[in-house]
Amino acid sequence: MGWENLLLGFQVALQPHNLGLAVLGITLGTIIGVLPGLGGANGVAILLPLTFSMNPTSAIILLTSLYWGALFGGAITSILFNIPGEPWSVATTFDGYPMARQGRGGEALTAAFTSSFVGALFSVVLITLFAPLLAEIALKFGPPEFFAIQLLTFSSFIGLGGGNPIKSLVSILIGFILASAGLDIVTGQLRLTFGITELMKGFDFIVAVIGLFGIGEILLSVEEGLSFRGVSAHINPKVVWQTWKVLPRYYRTFVRGAFIGFWMGFKPGGATPASFMSYAFAKRFSKHPERFGKGEIEGVVAPETAAHAAGGASLLPMITLGIPGSPTAAVMLGGLIIWGLQPGPMLFKEKPDFVWGLIASMYTGNVIGVAMVLAFVPLFAAILRIPFPILTPIIVAVCAVGSYAVHDSMVDIWYMLLFGVIGYVFKKLDYPLAPLVLALVLGDLAENALRQSLIMSQGSLLILFQRPISGLISAVALLFFALPVINPYIRRARAGKPPVEVSAPHDG
Amino acid sequence: MRTADLTTALILAATGFLVLWDSVRLGFGWGTDGPQSGFFPFWLAVILIAACAVIAWQAQRRSSRVRFVTREQLKPVLSTLLPSTGFVVLVQFVGLYVATALFIAFYMRWIGRYAWVPVLVLAVLFPVLTFVVFEKWFLVPMPKGPLETWLGY
Repeated sequence: MGWENLLLGFQVALQPHNLGLAVLGITLGTIIGVLPGLGGANGVAILLPLTFSMNPTSAIILLTSLYWGALFGGAITSILFNIPGEPWSVATTFDGYPMARQGRGGEALTAAFTSSFVGALFSVVLITLFAPLLAEIALKFGPPEFFAIQLLTFSSFIGLGGGNPIKSLVSILIGFILASAGLDIVTGQLRLTFGITELMKGFDFIVAVIGLFGIGEILLSVEEGLSFRGVSAHINPKVVWQTWKVLPRYYRTFVRGAFIGFWMGFKPGGATPASFMSYAFAKRFSKHPERFGKGEIEGVVAPETAAHAAGGASLLPMITLGIPGSPTAAVMLGGLIIWGLQPGPMLFKEKPDFVWGLIASMYTGNVIGVAMVLAFVPLFAAILRIPFPILTPIIVAVCAVGSYAVHDSMVDIWYMLLFGVIGYVFKKLDYPLAPLVLALVLGDLAENALRQSLIMSQGSLLILFQRPISGLISAVALLFFALPVINPYIRRARAGKPPVEVSAPHDG
Repeated sequence: MRTADLTTALILAATGFLVLWDSVRLGFGWGTDGPQSGFFPFWLAVILIAACAVIAWQAQRRSSRVRFVTREQLKPVLSTLLPSTGFVVLVQFVGLYVATALFIAFYMRWIGRYAWVPVLVLAVLFPVLTFVVFEKWFLVPMPKGPLETWLGY
């Protein structure tokens, strides 16, 4: 059913200027992924204002390409510098950095990029197949279903995110509270403004993303007294070719990683646990588990495949339900709204060229991306050798530009600084930032869905459980909320068996 | 860590009470046409305060003795945060481009201890580049000050 649509999408994505934007996006994205303090989410946020004057399809192609680039860039810093640029690259450092130390950096990078490519491609194929179906189902959803999905989104942060569940809960609540500040569009009343006019406009999540992830990350980086000591890698066609000859041996790891990644990834916060889980599984099923952590190529393949499959999968709920699966997807969703599109299942009906152009660009973007990073690794790695005293003011200035451009408002630059400090403190105290951002984005939608559901039921919360689809989703959500409480008992019940999951810092 | 954990929980709980107070003012019950404005924030605040209480209790019981931030760590953090704050203040008076130039120059010269030549080259080049990209190519206006007015923008 979707082939002619996909073909239509390729016609859009293969237009020269869209291909040019993809190349630009991947270049910028890789730079952003390599730089400390800039990651996918705030890179997309900073560049968002530049797309205001573009047509939406070109704009989303630029931003998704940026996203792929940032994912590739994370692998470079993990392998050559032992610095995971993103939380889901942490597992890549386990074997990637030892490989680089042994002079097998080129091999590790080739394996990482190839696995990323395979993982992402797997997700994109599944998105191509399932997105139209999911959108079709979602068209029948009413407010209770949407609220149930929101519940599921946030419950998965608490139940599956790892870390302290209460702190995840607090992050979510803070996000919702910030979202509710300002004008209440339903009743027209001002909320949480305490008579201060600046607060009337509320808090924009793009500014929050730039502050929390950008400025906060910079503060954390300078605290560690950064001295990048990287390993240089020699990568040439011969190394690439030889690595590619070895890689098919690990097809089981690829398949496992891709499935874990996709399954975890379309739920929020999934990329990081997916990468750790895939690594743990690869080690468990390996014939030589003792080689893991000392430079085993399979230890690079497993987390990278899963992380990128998850990265791709997080776009699925965004385009079909209008609910983003990661902070980066959330920023893109914000972009859709700014470009005048209504995110959600109707997009497939109303803007097929946009949706299919986006899906097709995921294919082209990944192909271009893997070719570019393989060709230009030394250049991208050189960026990390720019001394910190030069990078820091430039990154802060770029963040300020991005924050101001959202609403042409000076207050936003102050908010950015404030969010930076909050990000720094929260990160140090293990409050996860991703749920805060998602709650800030989804706040209004969630609140309206809840209000409308309550109006439908005359004030009874039971409506969430009385309709079949929302009932099922709500039940799963409740299970996730309860997981942190139940888990110790489950673990005790099957004591003796080692736990499969590796606990992970969660974000993303 | 314990003090930092407790302080943060306390501040967050205080925020919760502030929200609670405003929700009560708005009304958190059932209005004529559905839940009132304060309904959603009210319950958010209630759960927030409860969660903060749990965090405070956890911090009392099992917080690590590691210090939140040592003196050696605080210095580079402040030497980044304070100039950044100064930069934001400056943006309001001299515009973003001049403030960026001053910020880069200050940071490279006093934190990075670079010679004046690279400092000046970068401090001029980067804002000019930003100006061209944003004002000229993408038509995104940034805050401007006396210098830009004098140059006719």
